[in-house]
Amino acid sequence: MSDHAPHDAHAAHAGGHAHPTAKKYVAIAIILTIITVIEVAVFYVPALHPFLTPILLSLSAVKFGIVAGYYMHLKFDPKMYSWVFYVPMVFAFAITLVLLWLMAAQRG
Amino acid sequence: MSEAIAAAAGSAPVVPDDHHYTSTGQSSRKILFWTFIGSECMLFGSLIATYLIYRGRDKVGPHPHEILNIPLTSVSAFVLLMSSLTMVLALAGIQRGEMGKTRLWLAATAILGMMFVGFQIYEFNHFVHEGLTLSTNLFGSTFFVLTGFHGAHVTVGVVWLWTLFFLTFTGRIKAGNDLDVEICGLYWHFVDVVWIAIFTLIYLLQ
Repeated sequence: MSDHAPHDAHAAHAGGHAHPTAKKYVAIAIILTIITVIEVAVFYVPALHPFLTPILLSLSAVKFGIVAGYYMHLKFDPKMYSWVFYVPMVFAFAITLVLLWLMAAQRG
Repeated sequence: MSEAIAAAAGSAPVVPDDHHYTSTGQSSRKILFWTFIGSECMLFGSLIATYLIYRGRDKVGPHPHEILNIPLTSVSAFVLLMSSLTMVLALAGIQRGEMGKTRLWLAATAILGMMFVGFQIYEFNHFVHEGLTLSTNLFGSTFFVLTGFHGAHVTVGVVWLWTLFFLTFTGRIKAGNDLDVEICGLYWHFVDVVWIAIFTLIYLLQ
């Protein structure tokens, strides 16, 4: 299992980079599992509850980025795909924040 | 064309593909599918926003902290995470022309997806027995709509995976058709990243 294979046809056609190897995919899965275990462990540690929101949001953002970057190949494919994915997501995130702010303001 | 692709890739000659490329040099199907995923971001963004806006506004129970089962959902989250691994292994298999491995990992992904849906059916059933339905309170309405939409997406993914699995036996999916598996994989990983957000925002940040 070469560290540089495989090159798929359309990645090459599109000017993208080679996708990771199976070994790397397994290594990424181990990292994702460790992060998930940390997330659940943090939930059960009362001393960390004041910091629960930033810790869990950060960990989930890391997991999200790893899956999108390595498993969905955004890290290796042309940037256009990242734009098509992340721009609507930023919109959705902004709409969520604005709605939360509006509803909080309405509650007084 | 295939020689040029191989030269550009700097590797051994690749299997010729029959995909339609746009003027951007990208596959039209892949662009289309990424655009669909972008629209799905908006859909799930609105569902998650609705859940967050109505959180803590219930006048009657059961409330999230009384009913959500973190150990059970952690296991189902792990199952879905592992299905993303098996999905990329299926893609790596077809990219190498190893159809046996492709079939194995496609079936594994579909089975893990079915396990996830099974966990969700069990959870929904348990909640209904505890008195939480779609119309009990705001938590019930927003929770069932959000996680129900996600579960429906997983179910569609499972059907898609089994379809690909059976098409590998008919010869419709063979070495060189890696884009078919890659697009299914994009959908599957998207379903996984949505669950990463749901697991944190709904289950862990109660």
